[in-house]
Amino acid sequence: MKFGVIVFPGSNCDLDAFHLIRDILQQPVDYISHQTADLADCDAVILPGGFSYGDYLRSGAIARFSKIMPKVAEFAARGGLVLGICNGFQVLTEAGLLPGALYRNDNLQFRCQQVSVRVENSDTPFTNAASRGAVLKIPIAHGDGNYFAPPELLQQMEKNRQILFRYTDEKGKTRIDANPNGSLDQIAGVCNETGNVAGMMPHPERAGELILGSADGLFIFKSILNHFLSKEAVKHG
Amino acid sequence: MESSLHALGYENVYRVRVGKYLELFLEAENKEEATHQVEEMSRRLLSNPVIEDFSYSLQEAQL
Amino acid sequence: MAEQSWRQLGLTDQEYAMIIEQIGREPNLVELNMYSVMWSEHCSYKHSQSALKQFPTSGRRVIQGPGENAGVVDIGDGWAAVFKIESHNHPSAVEPYQGAATGVGGILRDIFTMGAQPVAFLNSLRFGNLEDARGRYLFDGVVAGIGGYGNCVGIPTVGGEIYFEDCYQGNPLVNAMCVGIMPLERLVLGKAVGVGNLIVLVGARTGRDGIHGVTFASEELSQASEERRPAVQVGDPFLGKLLLEATLEVIEKKLVVGVQDLGGAGLTCALTETAARAGSGITVELDRVPLREAGMHPFEILTSESQERMLLIVEPDQYKAVEAVFRRWELSPAVLGKVTADGQVIARFKGEEVVRVPAASVSGGAPVYNPEAQEPEYFKRLASLDPLDLPAVKDFNKALISILSSPDIASKEWVWRRYDFMVRTCTVQGPGGDAAVIRHRESGKGLAMAVDGNGRYVYLNPYLGGMLAVAEATRNVSCVGAEPIGITDCLNFGNPEKPEIYWQFKQAVAGMAEACRVLEVPVVGGNVSFYNEVEGEAIYPTPVVGAVGLLDHYEMQAKSAFVQEGDIIYLLGAKEVSLGGSQFLKKIHGQLYGKMAGLNLNLEKQLQDLLRYLISEKLLQSAHDLADGGLALALAESCLAGGSGAIIKYNCTSRPELELFGEGPSRVLVSVSPELGERVKSIATESGIPVEEIGIVQGDLLQITSGSDSLIEMKIALMERAYREVFTWIME
Repeated sequence: MKFGVIVFPGSNCDLDAFHLIRDILQQPVDYISHQTADLADCDAVILPGGFSYGDYLRSGAIARFSKIMPKVAEFAARGGLVLGICNGFQVLTEAGLLPGALYRNDNLQFRCQQVSVRVENSDTPFTNAASRGAVLKIPIAHGDGNYFAPPELLQQMEKNRQILFRYTDEKGKTRIDANPNGSLDQIAGVCNETGNVAGMMPHPERAGELILGSADGLFIFKSILNHFLSKEAVKHG
Repeated sequence: MESSLHALGYENVYRVRVGKYLELFLEAENKEEATHQVEEMSRRLLSNPVIEDFSYSLQEAQL
Repeated sequence: MAEQSWRQLGLTDQEYAMIIEQIGREPNLVELNMYSVMWSEHCSYKHSQSALKQFPTSGRRVIQGPGENAGVVDIGDGWAAVFKIESHNHPSAVEPYQGAATGVGGILRDIFTMGAQPVAFLNSLRFGNLEDARGRYLFDGVVAGIGGYGNCVGIPTVGGEIYFEDCYQGNPLVNAMCVGIMPLERLVLGKAVGVGNLIVLVGARTGRDGIHGVTFASEELSQASEERRPAVQVGDPFLGKLLLEATLEVIEKKLVVGVQDLGGAGLTCALTETAARAGSGITVELDRVPLREAGMHPFEILTSESQERMLLIVEPDQYKAVEAVFRRWELSPAVLGKVTADGQVIARFKGEEVVRVPAASVSGGAPVYNPEAQEPEYFKRLASLDPLDLPAVKDFNKALISILSSPDIASKEWVWRRYDFMVRTCTVQGPGGDAAVIRHRESGKGLAMAVDGNGRYVYLNPYLGGMLAVAEATRNVSCVGAEPIGITDCLNFGNPEKPEIYWQFKQAVAGMAEACRVLEVPVVGGNVSFYNEVEGEAIYPTPVVGAVGLLDHYEMQAKSAFVQEGDIIYLLGAKEVSLGGSQFLKKIHGQLYGKMAGLNLNLEKQLQDLLRYLISEKLLQSAHDLADGGLALALAESCLAGGSGAIIKYNCTSRPELELFGEGPSRVLVSVSPELGERVKSIATESGIPVEEIGIVQGDLLQITSGSDSLIEMKIALMERAYREVFTWIME
């Protein structure tokens, strides 16, 4: 399965996603420049973390207008798998490919720490390797991760099971002090209505090896791989 | 921000809100066209309608 | 020229006379400004040069010692570590966020200028009392600024140290260190070589920010310093990141022959230093410098410290390729001029020659001073006071909690969780341990790094304090299992023109140099920051040592946490401790005096060698340096890091507060699996290192007894709160 990692000016977790996919997941992966208008033959696209264009106007606001983004939108419309991590999540919400928006953290501070997130829906291309309710240890590192969606939208997302992850304590309980950024309903990750575009503030690409503190991030990448392989199996049935 | 102001001795400050203020210079045929464009760029890029509002005022500038 | 011109620019009458002698005429205003910035203390090291000669700067691994943008040390298999520490104290005192942010940006450029991929930041910070609102404002602003720049450029901030003393109230210390790794063959120097080669400027436009920043850094702070806010530069980390990527790309593709970043003294420094190092000259057209604001005077263009700018020396037929790389990163390079053979730096503006000075005179022609040094009055007086004359302490639990919750000792997680310490996924040991460890994917090696300095020690005894700083930083690196391969230092002192301050400086440098010689670690670069005074009151003399160590494989690292119930705890190393200058004396009695425990450098070296051997043989479960707060604090920290308790039976032969909280060098706490205990003991004994079994890892209490006396008995959970929540209480 071929992955593409998009590089915007100011992306800085592109390298980490690349290494995890190549060295741990052992799948082919390429960097894709924001200046091209070609996703080549990628089966999944990662929008990595970082500070695209310095996040100077709003996180992700300028990157969404880069040359590659219409291609990402087309790819998503055709059912392609797109995962936005941290700044990538912000880009996808700005581009309208994911619902909601991300505010400044409620504590107004950048936060880099391990957090626990509970899998709210394990029936998606991004979570199928975990079981529902599983608690994953994955780090966050962001200043603008405070998720928001208007009430009607949130209701609709709940109904469509678009909430993928919530911040919880280590045991999977939602608690105010386990919410690191003030996100509405402790939301840490969401997907679109069709389930093929996902965004999350925690960094699964930083949780691929125990020596880094956790290998739980692999669940997400393995889910993507599972999804792809099962689709291929059906195709070649 | 508020505590920083307090630290500098402005203890009477009791509420701070940070927003963004942008100055744009553009050329347009007339005021209507300029208004239309500013409205559009505010919606598409300069603000995020999910979490932000915007207002603007136009002034004629000398070239 | 009117007398006030050079005096206002910080030059003495003698220095002005020297300039005339060196160029054979009076300088014009533009030239005088160039001399003013380059002959400032910050750029010329005129008061420190002679003392710094004592440092050992060579060694089998040293590729590049002091004098370039950063030091370069061979780490084997064709790779090199590149590192440097630098101060940004004065800018941070008046504009904490930007001061700290540009400190980080500046040290970052020093590393990639050499061709190295930056892999980690560290920092050493000093602030005044946090009970003071301005102290909190500076602390919060500096932390935000360090994170603001480092997080955005995507290089992890993995370690550091922070202390709080009244003497830093108006003059905080912000020392930033950066470490990089590169293939040895990629090394590029800041030399303007090759007559006819192009001088290329790239990055931010040049504005009026930071004009005379270096002269500001070379004077004492006062009430009026806030007016110096315009002398503080503004950082743009996004541009810094683009510049980093593009510069590394042109170096990797071998498209440039020399690279120099623009930092202190801006274009003046970059032009004269690159020419002086190469023994060449440079001619530039100032009209070609892309400007941010209209109407800038040539002296402003030449001395502006606008950030995120690089100077490249490029062969003419490579220029198109260089330009293409930068354009792809959305940067526009400008060709300013050419390398010449005549040794002169010549600048033209609007068709007129406005500068013609010998490069070696501006950069390197400054006088070297040997100021008078005199032992300060306090030195013998404070040394004669004995902390054991103070009333005995009865409640050691209370003392422990009190020290654990003091800002100097308490967990700095409130600070480092605001830094991205994980990006690049190479941080295999992050902040909070004895040293941070960064893995190198290509070679499997690990780089350990730590910064240490103790102003209280150096104040009480500059020579011993200087030695202790080097011993502590290298010991921290050895505690994770790495061999110290080089250090970089940042020497923060008061006004060197005062004999007492210069005495502190000379003594401290001599002590550091002696420790470096015996411990066989070269100094490969660093920075001197004088004039750290407010209204005539100097800071404690604060030399900060950044040590870098090498692990053959990153998986061989040790950590400080107790990990397994039943493990045996040993104390390795020296016996001598003292309450002189200790945290106990500061926190419990509010005093700073006494004599510190002595340092036997040979024992220190043997201890560090032993530690690394034990770690490489996988004989240790944990290793932790005994530093601030002595044995009790080291035990508490290892318990807290591992979330487990310990039962310690310790035979006090003198006052318990001395045994528990006394501080002394060359001491390390290790825990060992029971079946390996005897082996560790015998190896230590054979190596001539005293070893004492003091207890085991067990339960959820820290329990320390001496004979039948219970000295400390405390729940780890209770210590946890004291240790981890204090900054939240103070700051939020």
